[in-house]
Amino acid sequence: MTTKMTLGAVAVAVIAVSAAILGEKAVSRQDRTDRVTVIYWEKWTGSEGEEMRKVVNAFNASQDRIFVKFLSISGVDSKTRLATAGGNPPDIAGVWGDQVVQFADAKALTDLTDMATEAGLTKDYYIPAFWEGYTYKGRLWALPSTPASIALHVRPDLVPPDVATPETFPKTFEGLDALIKRVSKQGPNGKLLLASFLPSNPGWWNWAWGIYFGGNIMNGDKVTLNSKENLRAFEWIAKYTKAYGSKEVQSFQGGFGNFASPQDPFMSGKVATEMNGVWKANYINVYKPGLKWFAVPMPYPADHPELKDHSNLSQDVLCIPRGAKHVKEAFEFIRFVQRQDVMEGLCSAHGKNSPLAKVSEHFFETHPNKYIRLFDRLARSPNAFNIPKVGIFPQLSNEMSVAFQEVNSEQKTPKQALDDAQKRAEVIWKTYQEQVLNQ
Amino acid sequence: MKRDLRVGLLFALPWILGFCIFLAYPVIASLYYSFTSYSVLRPPKPIGLANYQELAGDSVFHQALGNTLLYVAGAVPLATIVAIALAMLLNTKVRGMSYYRTIFFLPSLVPMVALGTLFLWIFNGDYGLLNEALRTGHIEPPNWLGDPSWSKWTLILISMWGCGQAMVIYLAGLQNVPVSLYEAADLDGAKLWAKTRNVTLPMISPVILFNVIMGIIGALQVFAVPYVMFPGGAPARSTYFIASYLYDNAFQYQRMGYASALGWVMFVITLALTILALKVSERYVHYETD
Repeated sequence: MTTKMTLGAVAVAVIAVSAAILGEKAVSRQDRTDRVTVIYWEKWTGSEGEEMRKVVNAFNASQDRIFVKFLSISGVDSKTRLATAGGNPPDIAGVWGDQVVQFADAKALTDLTDMATEAGLTKDYYIPAFWEGYTYKGRLWALPSTPASIALHVRPDLVPPDVATPETFPKTFEGLDALIKRVSKQGPNGKLLLASFLPSNPGWWNWAWGIYFGGNIMNGDKVTLNSKENLRAFEWIAKYTKAYGSKEVQSFQGGFGNFASPQDPFMSGKVATEMNGVWKANYINVYKPGLKWFAVPMPYPADHPELKDHSNLSQDVLCIPRGAKHVKEAFEFIRFVQRQDVMEGLCSAHGKNSPLAKVSEHFFETHPNKYIRLFDRLARSPNAFNIPKVGIFPQLSNEMSVAFQEVNSEQKTPKQALDDAQKRAEVIWKTYQEQVLNQ
Repeated sequence: MKRDLRVGLLFALPWILGFCIFLAYPVIASLYYSFTSYSVLRPPKPIGLANYQELAGDSVFHQALGNTLLYVAGAVPLATIVAIALAMLLNTKVRGMSYYRTIFFLPSLVPMVALGTLFLWIFNGDYGLLNEALRTGHIEPPNWLGDPSWSKWTLILISMWGCGQAMVIYLAGLQNVPVSLYEAADLDGAKLWAKTRNVTLPMISPVILFNVIMGIIGALQVFAVPYVMFPGGAPARSTYFIASYLYDNAFQYQRMGYASALGWVMFVITLALTILALKVSERYVHYETD
């Protein structure tokens, strides 16, 4: 045998063995031919995706009729949209809760109402505010994978001792504002070193500030970006910009690291308090284990005590796109995820709340977030709120973010910024009504 | 002859099919969609000129257009000057020149997303390399990324990173300039600047025109780097460009009809600027055949 032939034989053998190994791996994740294959696209990657994969594996192991093929993909919303338009959608799509209305308006989702009712998955089974997020125009369009509520996170080592416990920390915005002078530190050149609180950090819910002051961005079918409550909220935001200095805040924030890193401003001690979701504990446990912190409800205006325990809810949901080939089988999997033991396992692994009305003591005791009971209480509060049920929410949210940045950089006064946003939003809403809702 | 034609067409068929399916059809379809309300998920509904009328009064579009034109006006001349200067440097007779040429070309191969991430750190207000260097020189550095009055200029500066492509083309142009012209200039006592102005630039003017037009077209489509570095066109839409607005309408707001109209307006603007560049060039571009 020549050297060339030997090398050739080795190459063929390597390819054959590799193909056998890879083929086995691929087959082990594929269906046996006698089961219905349900295609599930999920946005989660990394550890969150792996936790969902475990749920899928548990479901597959429990089944002899259905096999769920789990695909973790980025840009799941636009890919699902295009696949649905092309008539070949996945059977299940794991999207964000704030897309449910947009997708439902576009008639891109399968109505789950009847199947859910038959399966006993009704309003009573869920925490009311979370349930609200799955329904639109009286119909059910999605069910939860993991939900979350938001609270104020506090570093006790960075605030004065008299407010360094959940019991003694200020309950009102006025109390929080009083900490600007007591906590914040600036260098001799005016450079900000520590902020008691920054409305622009992490900056994910700029549309929602008005709600903490009793307003909203929609009232019925009217856009209300420049309502008096939103204006009050933005004036409150401007107060922080003024106190620290616009340039100083911009420069200070420029040095913030990613939230999923030890350079996160809360973990690295640049901000003493931060509005964030129940998942924050997971990141702290990974990137700054041992950090001392506690969570309290977001403050309320002193003249509106009825607004206490406000919390905006953020949800990840499962839906069945229109035109899915295996609707009943897909729902079977969604139903499996709603089982209390499965849901609690998944939510605990993701560091999230459970959306279910009934929560086991084991869930609270073993949850990685020691303040999980607070987040659960906030989700059950009558003041818990979802995003407004309007298909133009992404645009409204963008307009509010731009107005926020204009105020934060002192380009415009709160009134100018909100009036401009309102003007643009009204045009967007009118067009949407004409071109989508009335179509 | 007919058989040759058939064979020729058969060989060209993959390209013809690709062109028709992936370019010609989408282009024609987008023109139709621009006159419709189309969310992709529902059939398009004809609405006449409504999308174009809306564009005329859309303040976000106006802002994005202004940002885009300012970016073109800043990035194209700057890239032209830097690329010509580098090409002239790399056209000198120095040992190891081929290595230098490779080194200067390499940055233009960096993927846009990696580039955006890299520059996020270089321009970081507190920890960025650039600001650290400025502070060392006792210069109070700006907040490149967070200050709306600086963010566009940051992107214009970053655009220099990719000038390697144009530089290579200039280099090829420079190598075609007859040495006899420089020798004649030397005899006339011309110095470096005089030779550059009166020999080099006129002789490579067709190359400059080509690169400027390609630069304009590329700059009008700027998307990836601002998308990575300034999500949502932050701060306060100061880095929001037409391509960003088009993307948001098509894939975030489900307004494919409006996005198509934006695309066609962008095409008309590109065409107008290209024609303008060609008209202006008639006075300044020197062809050897003239």
